[in-house]
Amino acid sequence: MTLSNSLPALIVASSLLPGLIIFFLREGSHRLRSVLNMFGAILKLVLVAALTWGVFQDDFFETRWQLAPGLELVLHADALSVLFVNLSTLLWLVTTVYAIGYLEHSPHRSRFFGFFSLCVSATVGLALAGNMFTFVLFYELLTLSTYPLVAHKGTPEAVRGARIYLAYTLSGGLVLMLGAIWLQALVGPLEFVEGGLLSQLPDELHGQLTWIFLLLIIGLGVKAALVPLHGWLPQAMVAPAPVSALLHAVAVVKAGAFGIVRVVYDVYGIEFASDLGLLMPLGIAAAVTIVYGSIRALSQDNLKKRLAYSTVSQVSYIALGTAIFGPLGTIGGVAHLVHQGVMKITLFFAAGNYAETLGVHQVSEMNGIGRRMPLTTLAFTVGALGMIGIPPVAGFVSKWYLGSGALEAGVAHWVLPVLIASSALNAAYFLPILQRAWFRPAASSWPQENIPARRFETHASLFLPPLVTAALALLFGLFAGAYWSPVEWAGLIAEREYLR
Amino acid sequence: MNESMSLTIILPLLGALLAAAWPRRGVFIGITAVLLSGLAVGWLWFSLLADGPSHQALGGWDPGLGIRLQVDALSILMLSMTALVALAVSVYASHYFTRRSQAERFWPLWLLMIAALNGLFLAGDLFNLYVTLELLSLSAVALTALGGKRAGIAAALRYLMIGLLGSMGYLAGVALLYSAFGTLDMQQVAAQTGDDPVSQAALIVMTAGLLLKSALFPLHFWLPPAHSNAPAPVSAGLSALVVKAGFYLVLRLWTEVFPDTLSTQGVTLVAVLGGGAILWGSWQALQAERLKLLAAYSTVAQLGYLFVALALFMSAPPGVARELLFGALVLMALTHAFAKSSLFLAIGVIQHRAGHDRIAELDGTAQRLPATTFAIALAGVALIGLPPSGAFLGKWRLLYSAISLDQWLLVVVIGIGSLLAAAYVFRVLGHAFGRSALSVQAIHSVHEEWPALLLALTATLLLGFGSAWIWPFLEHMA
Amino acid sequence: MPDAATLYGLLGIVLAGLGAHAAIVQRDSIRRLLAINVMGVGVFLVLIATAYFGPNQDPDPIPHALVLTGIVVAVAATALALALLRAFERSDDE
Repeated sequence: MTLSNSLPALIVASSLLPGLIIFFLREGSHRLRSVLNMFGAILKLVLVAALTWGVFQDDFFETRWQLAPGLELVLHADALSVLFVNLSTLLWLVTTVYAIGYLEHSPHRSRFFGFFSLCVSATVGLALAGNMFTFVLFYELLTLSTYPLVAHKGTPEAVRGARIYLAYTLSGGLVLMLGAIWLQALVGPLEFVEGGLLSQLPDELHGQLTWIFLLLIIGLGVKAALVPLHGWLPQAMVAPAPVSALLHAVAVVKAGAFGIVRVVYDVYGIEFASDLGLLMPLGIAAAVTIVYGSIRALSQDNLKKRLAYSTVSQVSYIALGTAIFGPLGTIGGVAHLVHQGVMKITLFFAAGNYAETLGVHQVSEMNGIGRRMPLTTLAFTVGALGMIGIPPVAGFVSKWYLGSGALEAGVAHWVLPVLIASSALNAAYFLPILQRAWFRPAASSWPQENIPARRFETHASLFLPPLVTAALALLFGLFAGAYWSPVEWAGLIAEREYLR
Repeated sequence: MNESMSLTIILPLLGALLAAAWPRRGVFIGITAVLLSGLAVGWLWFSLLADGPSHQALGGWDPGLGIRLQVDALSILMLSMTALVALAVSVYASHYFTRRSQAERFWPLWLLMIAALNGLFLAGDLFNLYVTLELLSLSAVALTALGGKRAGIAAALRYLMIGLLGSMGYLAGVALLYSAFGTLDMQQVAAQTGDDPVSQAALIVMTAGLLLKSALFPLHFWLPPAHSNAPAPVSAGLSALVVKAGFYLVLRLWTEVFPDTLSTQGVTLVAVLGGGAILWGSWQALQAERLKLLAAYSTVAQLGYLFVALALFMSAPPGVARELLFGALVLMALTHAFAKSSLFLAIGVIQHRAGHDRIAELDGTAQRLPATTFAIALAGVALIGLPPSGAFLGKWRLLYSAISLDQWLLVVVIGIGSLLAAAYVFRVLGHAFGRSALSVQAIHSVHEEWPALLLALTATLLLGFGSAWIWPFLEHMA
Repeated sequence: MPDAATLYGLLGIVLAGLGAHAAIVQRDSIRRLLAINVMGVGVFLVLIATAYFGPNQDPDPIPHALVLTGIVVAVAATALALALLRAFERSDDE
């Protein structure tokens, strides 16, 4: 056993094992649980750092485990998986800190943190999946491990939201599985390879390959919240704030978007997908979703619901970038995988802080909240400006590359209007919130003030995480040219995809 | 070296006699007998791996006249499944019965059932199969009636009639085969069957009788009342093991005795019935108001998957894909046995703690019994066919074959069946989340909650991640 | 004119068919039990008929052994059914 064939498995195990132990802890063993959580999160970060360095050097990391003949569990590290693994590992650490503070006195914490760890293990497994079978396996495990988190509060609405979530995602998983099996029946157990492998297939299979693509994208589109498969996402906002952060930024939605990137680049190959005429429909679906999500976000007074529709819109930038044929579009889409993550998690952390500290759930209750909770609101502001695409926050960089990619690929005539319209809509639903928060006078009392005004803002474990992620969103934008930035890494991915 | 074959039958049989003679020591005798016959199965493993498939003529009589036992990879997997499930259920049963009279009657019948199952999986001639089939029916019926309640007795009575009818159909086929070929040895019969009328008539009456016994839709009507009214350990044994006996026999007959007799129409019919079982069983499970009824209807649906897989196997062209489907079929049967016995034991725990098994009123109980709820969740995952369970691998292969053979209707049916299964499993699990802030303890009582949890873990983690050996192992076929 | 053994066997098949029909059609448990017994007798007759090789030859002993076993099983099953029926009737009284 060497590092080269065990590191991917160790990365999955570093959150899986603590998670399994946590299930058996007594409710009261608060400290041990927190230690295990933090230990797993930090250990994972160290292992991922080693993996990243190795992949940067073009080292080879792969774990294989045969489950059945022809069905092999393959965990393989390439540039794209490393990007996603880094994102989820980093944000998991931050979210763990946040969740420990957020759930301090609530019941069923062992259950919560157990599934929380399983959820991240499934995400990382999915990121490292080396073939479609492994991807589907972790895709379904992700569904199973997030269901208890969405239902966690146990209110009738929570259980109902979780049921809707499950109905959507299990159906999506089934469609994805069918597509994957059909593909395997056609070409055998296919491994992900940069540049894809299907272009060598004879012409008479192209019809079937188009159908398979449709199945795969529908299956992935459910988690990626492509319209009209997005219905679960606004319902799932009944979950506790750390779970929303996880759903929207780290795990679930990202898994869908990441899967679309995988299928287009490493199964079909971008060139072949373009030849089959598959990119245009995907691009249109993404564009419709971007505009639709933003329009729906406008009319939501509930803050988390507004953020949820914003996610529907923003995640489709990734699919849009994938559908634009050319390295710049690829860079924009792939980099947005990370950029959207750090920005959206900031927004959800902040929303959680407002709800937890002051009982503020609605946008209309946020008047003057900037003075009461300046640090949280500062983080929220950075996230919101990034979503609109205002420099120097990271969101601007994504949009810049998407626009340039559209020009490069000759699809600017419809992509640019979508980008502009979406940015305008983003401004229309985020700027009023900022205006209320900073410039309007506060109401005489907050809906439910849990922390007395004389104390500073809220607990450190609640206001530090959004500050950290907001800082990341700024750094990724300011230092987009640095060798460690998501954009540079996306460039590495694009280089490998297009040059094979 | 082949004594272990007869030991797997003799030990539980001896245990049954002893338990009847010393009812007070029933628990000790029962668990010892189950353990020892499990060890005999382990011994069989070694001799199979060392010497390959083998047979044993009891008392030294020649085949055709005497009782011939034979063992190959398939039978040993079935024996192991029986041994492991029986052990877990026995541990659970050791503390289950509150009335001594029930406990005293349980052990002899339970051991008799295990002896009959082991005999059935080892029998090498058609008549011995009949005898073991009847022994199995009789012990299973008596176990069903053990609860003593009116509904249970009525269900047992119906179960018995159906069982007798099915065995008679089987026996009629045996008589036809003997009249035509003058032998009862499976291998000797197999050498002579073809598409002649006698072989066909025999195939039809035997299959029909066995389908009735294995409750293939629409012949399933007797199963839900019988499985849902029996005491929990009995339900677990019936749903996990006894229905598998009928399926196992159909599999053996189709693949080994009548490979040239079977017609395409026959295979199609069974595929259609299997599809009907998946949809109807899952739908009824979704409608059920009680947990045990849900589990029983889920068995109807799961048998549908097995028969669909068998039909696809019979119609697949020879080749690697067909071999892989066979392993998947066996894996699905094994996974279901562990998952379903786990589910019934877990329901037994809930019924014991809550005094009922009404799904709508589960809230508090499910939260107070996290280990049992977890077992239900894992068993449910296996029933839906999601990872990390053996059923996920099985279903993947099943769909693969259906797609390769262009059976798109079956693909749709299996897909809908999976979603319905998810719906009925999560209808139960939704109750595990509530607002009660009780301080919960993971395990309440070891012998009560562990068996279900271990069975569920076997169905999921063990068979999901550690079953790749089954395919090469199945090359040890007779 | 078929020989005696064939006639015997055909009679068995007819009996088995009649029994099977009644077992499916009848609702009353006792009648159904009787029907299944009739069916069993039919099957046993078919088996016995196969043992006959002609007036001057010894019959095949195997079918006799089988039918004997079958009768034992059938008696045991019938006894269990009757016991269950009684238990059912009694539980009705309570």
